[in-house]
Amino acid sequence: MAWVNAIIQGVLTGGLYALFACGLSLMFGVMKVVNLAHGDLAVVAGYIAIGIIAATHVPVLWSFLIVVPVMAVLGYALQRTLIQSALDRGVLTTLIVTLGLSLVIENGLLQFFTANTRGIGVGLSLVQDSFSIGSQIQVAWLLVVFFAVAVAVLLGLQYFLSRSTYGRLIRAVADDKEAAQLAGADYRHVFGIAAAVALATVALGGIAYGMYSDLDPTAGTDTILLFAFAAVVIGGLGSLWGTLIGGIVLGVAQQIGAQINISDELLAGFIVFLAVLVLRPEGLTARRAQT
Amino acid sequence: MTAPVNGERAGNGTPLLEVRDMAVYHGQLQALDAISLQVFPGEVYAIIGANGAGKSTLLRTIAGLHQPATGSVLLDGKDVTQLRPELRARQGIVLVPEGRRLFESLSVRENLQVGATYGRQGPWTIERVYKMFDWMGDRSNQRTSQLSGGEQQAVAIGRALVANPRVLLLDELSLGLAPLVVQRIYGMLPQILATGMTVLLVEQDVSQALRVASHIQCLLEGRTTLEGRPADVTAEQVEAAYFGLAGVAPAGQPAEGSDSSWPG
Repeated sequence: MAWVNAIIQGVLTGGLYALFACGLSLMFGVMKVVNLAHGDLAVVAGYIAIGIIAATHVPVLWSFLIVVPVMAVLGYALQRTLIQSALDRGVLTTLIVTLGLSLVIENGLLQFFTANTRGIGVGLSLVQDSFSIGSQIQVAWLLVVFFAVAVAVLLGLQYFLSRSTYGRLIRAVADDKEAAQLAGADYRHVFGIAAAVALATVALGGIAYGMYSDLDPTAGTDTILLFAFAAVVIGGLGSLWGTLIGGIVLGVAQQIGAQINISDELLAGFIVFLAVLVLRPEGLTARRAQT
Repeated sequence: MTAPVNGERAGNGTPLLEVRDMAVYHGQLQALDAISLQVFPGEVYAIIGANGAGKSTLLRTIAGLHQPATGSVLLDGKDVTQLRPELRARQGIVLVPEGRRLFESLSVRENLQVGATYGRQGPWTIERVYKMFDWMGDRSNQRTSQLSGGEQQAVAIGRALVANPRVLLLDELSLGLAPLVVQRIYGMLPQILATGMTVLLVEQDVSQALRVASHIQCLLEGRTTLEGRPADVTAEQVEAAYFGLAGVAPAGQPAEGSDSSWPG
């Protein structure tokens, strides 16, 4: 029964990891940018949520209505300035620039908000409570909500990419940006839209993490970016649903590791990550890029 | 829509598309030198020349994908040299690039939809493209990678047409296609011209170019070697302009003057 419990918990945690990962995957799939500041931006989103909740007393669960648009605008602005100018100098430059951005964000947060951890208290019994399956399995509503949100986000992304005009342009630009220019599309603007969408998902990931655990300035690279990376690589680079599969595999591996020995939780996740990297570097979902 | 003779062309008012004294470099290498051309409304203007003569570079520079070192590109008398390619496309200079360059993960219909997104108002719609290429409508949900080369070329042309360009740039339509397929694609040209479009094309297949063009210009190593109406130039002149020396072809190239020996 303990093993079944581990698997259920792992699958649900995978939803949270997919929230971390889908924005990273989108930015890589469209503009070949590996955004090393991805996790830190999620932490920023979490801090903005904490600030907004404290200042305006909006209900905690609704804070995303403000944070998501703010992060989307920030994403567009970042893409059009910093990341685009790095891209113009070559894809490798984006690694250095986003690493720099990551360091600046982390140290900026340390400077202004100290190293203290902060949580986003949900305060709603519906979400804080858990329900039990049988006598031994306890499932937290919060994780169920995260999983549902992750599935909804992925469905929304899929619909956006396959049906909307901008989604079509994003796929076109990802295929061949020069041909897209010849069709009149400004790929820089389209990149900006893709980054805005990616950071909107990052915002949800950051808020979710703040509710699930505690946020501190280094959680971005220590946890969120690392898990997002692992989920993206396990699921397959550039694949949207792959991030959910990768997140689930990572989550289950961690829970099973924890079941064997509580200190092996992270180790087990990264062993699976390495195994996929060695045995199936294209990821579990292989070539079935975003549709 | 009839081709005016050489002397009359200048009397037609402003050329729709004009290139003035253009030089383009690829790094140290000079690809184009002192190229000028004037394309008047309704013309089919063909650039011919051997491999590496700079034909594709010329079209790509007109479309804005290369910046010229000197010289300018004018659309309807307005200088567009500083405009980025997407803005030139929106103003009506639309290139069908060499190698077709379709969006591979998009369906046929989606490729056309992308072409129409920033297009101008005009006679060409996706439905009209489906009417011209009658197989296309039935297969509109297929990925373009499932199409044959000729079908892909048709989609590439359709993607440009739905933008309702003022001047359509066609780069090496015949590349990699069977002669029969090439014939069929060039057979569509009258339908396209009938909607009032102007065409500037690049073609390695000289006999094909001479057949469809109202005006030709021959490039050799980045310079203009011949210009005129197909009717006004002799096969010997074209050959001399194409290879650089009258009657003396480089090794491995045919030197006879008959049409059948044109490379391509």
